[in-house]
Amino acid sequence: MAKMDFDGLSTEHLRALYRKLVLLRRFEDRVYQLFLQGELAGTLHQYQGQEAVAVGACDCLNTDDWITSTHRPHGHALAKGVSTRAAMAELYGKETGCCRGKGGSMHFGDPEVGMLPAIAIVGGGNTVVTGLGLAFKLRKTKQVAVCFFGDGATNEGAFHEGMNFAAVQKLPIVFVCENNLYGASTSYHQVSPVVDVAERAAAYRVPAQIADGMDVLAVRRATASAVEAARSGQGPTLIECKTYRFTGHSRSDARGYRTKAEEAEWLARDPIPGLGKKLVEAGRLSAADLEAVDAEVSAELDEAVEFSRQSPDPAPAQAYEDVLA
Amino acid sequence: MSKTTGSERRLTIAEALREAIAEEMRRDDSVFLIGEDIGVEGGFGGAFGVYLGLPEEFGHGRIIDTPISEKVIAGAATGAALMGLRPIADMQYSDFLFECMDELVNQAAKMRYMSGGRLSVPLVMRAPVGTTNRGAQHGQCPESYFVHVPGLKVVCVSDAYHAKGLLKSAVRDPNPVLIFEHKLLYGSKGRAMAGGIELTCHVPEEEYLFPIGKAVVKRPGEQVTVVATHISLYRALAAAEELAAEGISCEVIDPLTLNPLDTETLWTSVRKTGRLVIVHEDTLTGGWGAEVAARAADECLFNLEAPIKRIATADVPLPFAPVLEQEVVPTTGRIAQTIRQLCQ
Repeated sequence: MAKMDFDGLSTEHLRALYRKLVLLRRFEDRVYQLFLQGELAGTLHQYQGQEAVAVGACDCLNTDDWITSTHRPHGHALAKGVSTRAAMAELYGKETGCCRGKGGSMHFGDPEVGMLPAIAIVGGGNTVVTGLGLAFKLRKTKQVAVCFFGDGATNEGAFHEGMNFAAVQKLPIVFVCENNLYGASTSYHQVSPVVDVAERAAAYRVPAQIADGMDVLAVRRATASAVEAARSGQGPTLIECKTYRFTGHSRSDARGYRTKAEEAEWLARDPIPGLGKKLVEAGRLSAADLEAVDAEVSAELDEAVEFSRQSPDPAPAQAYEDVLA
Repeated sequence: MSKTTGSERRLTIAEALREAIAEEMRRDDSVFLIGEDIGVEGGFGGAFGVYLGLPEEFGHGRIIDTPISEKVIAGAATGAALMGLRPIADMQYSDFLFECMDELVNQAAKMRYMSGGRLSVPLVMRAPVGTTNRGAQHGQCPESYFVHVPGLKVVCVSDAYHAKGLLKSAVRDPNPVLIFEHKLLYGSKGRAMAGGIELTCHVPEEEYLFPIGKAVVKRPGEQVTVVATHISLYRALAAAEELAAEGISCEVIDPLTLNPLDTETLWTSVRKTGRLVIVHEDTLTGGWGAEVAARAADECLFNLEAPIKRIATADVPLPFAPVLEQEVVPTTGRIAQTIRQLCQ
């Protein structure tokens, strides 16, 4: 029953992890509704199903550790500490958004909590993150950078150039691949000769781990050891999290390239009820505690939506500001 | 190559750049160098010897030799700049910048804006341009691609004095600055290949900066304004000398910064002369000369006495054969002939 001691985490810590998972899920569910109601512009790349990756990985980081994210950044942002209000307001394109309305869904970020504006070019973060690592190394700060990317990024040159450089320079970086099996509609296996993304790390003599991306504690364990290695000067690690997005690639995707059976199989591994059930069975939280978390998150989202609706639009003249410092 | 005669201290561009880098690295420990073949022991100090001697003073911690991995050079420079360091990145040939367009155009140029002004990217990218009988992939002048990108500053240097002052300003600038240098002007190839141009100029001993965004009038004149960069500047000056003997007075301007452009200096000259010729070794269509011409038409149309002319490399990939290369690049003869016709 080693697993059922929840890696020695306190009940308070476990509740916080569970609450984060629920926050990420409900945020996306709410945003989807708002989008359908016509309140939000643009498109959405949603994170439902992959929450355990962002929450598990970011739980191992300090506020002054940094992350890079992708075109699917909502979960990473909330997990790293971007406020629910600032995230929601950004989707509304408001002055109070985390990027003051200039980033939008695909560029969530907040320097105060260690998140670059998310990089929505596939693989784009994999080279930029080496600069973060290099700065920490040159400054001897003991900070760590985590680079989130999808399976699709691993066939970009940037993935290989970034990993190679991080390895030869022993940079304090954790490369976290969220392998959700599809790059947009294309199956990873259809376009990649390797079975696991993790195999590719060997080419760069980078240690690799495969984690169950539907289990927040598994992701947390893998990341914790990688972060420890990075902080102590041992260089980068690649963590491949096997996960699944419960929605389409973007708002308009009807998911005709996936089978219902495959979707059902992954839905059965939903990280949220999975953890909730274990916590209740172990007597760490009660069913009422889980309901209380739901209610808290729901109220937090109500408040964030109301805040966003009430927030001012950016003044049109702000379009011309911040091009140059 | 540096020599001091009296109060004059003549340096090549390569020497002036090296001085600028060393001074900035001494002044600010957040300045570091990153690129291919820049600090290798027994190596050649960067493609044009600009970094020779620097590893001995600053060590390899601040002079980072990368693999042949341009995306990493630009990406690491961007990331380090976002964390508050001041990278000077080196692109061995500017043709290789196309390998890292994403890092420069999508990341470095846009991070500040996307963050709502909460981050800045104080990076410098140096890149050599210019045709030197190396064919289509080692001789381009790609500065215009970057002039087009909001969020980037673009500088072209043509002599040692301005190269030093501008590089030092670029290091201190809070924005991404690309500095384009012409291979034939470094001083390493000798005067013959550069067409007999004097490749050294006076660089004061004492420290100075030259501001980004400021053009200089290299030769005052009355009848036609000639705006030119890099080696084309020297060819324009040679043409102006030739034309002076024929009674045609040219005002030759080195814009130095292409974005932001010093329109004040340019339009003051164009309003005076009533004629504008723009010369660059970049290809014609969509080159930065087109931007200058369009803006001049907008601002100075009623001061113009003749159509605006652009003299640029022809719209072809660069050929190798010297006779073909000379056919397509702007030569002193072409420049002089165009101005002659314009002043008829």
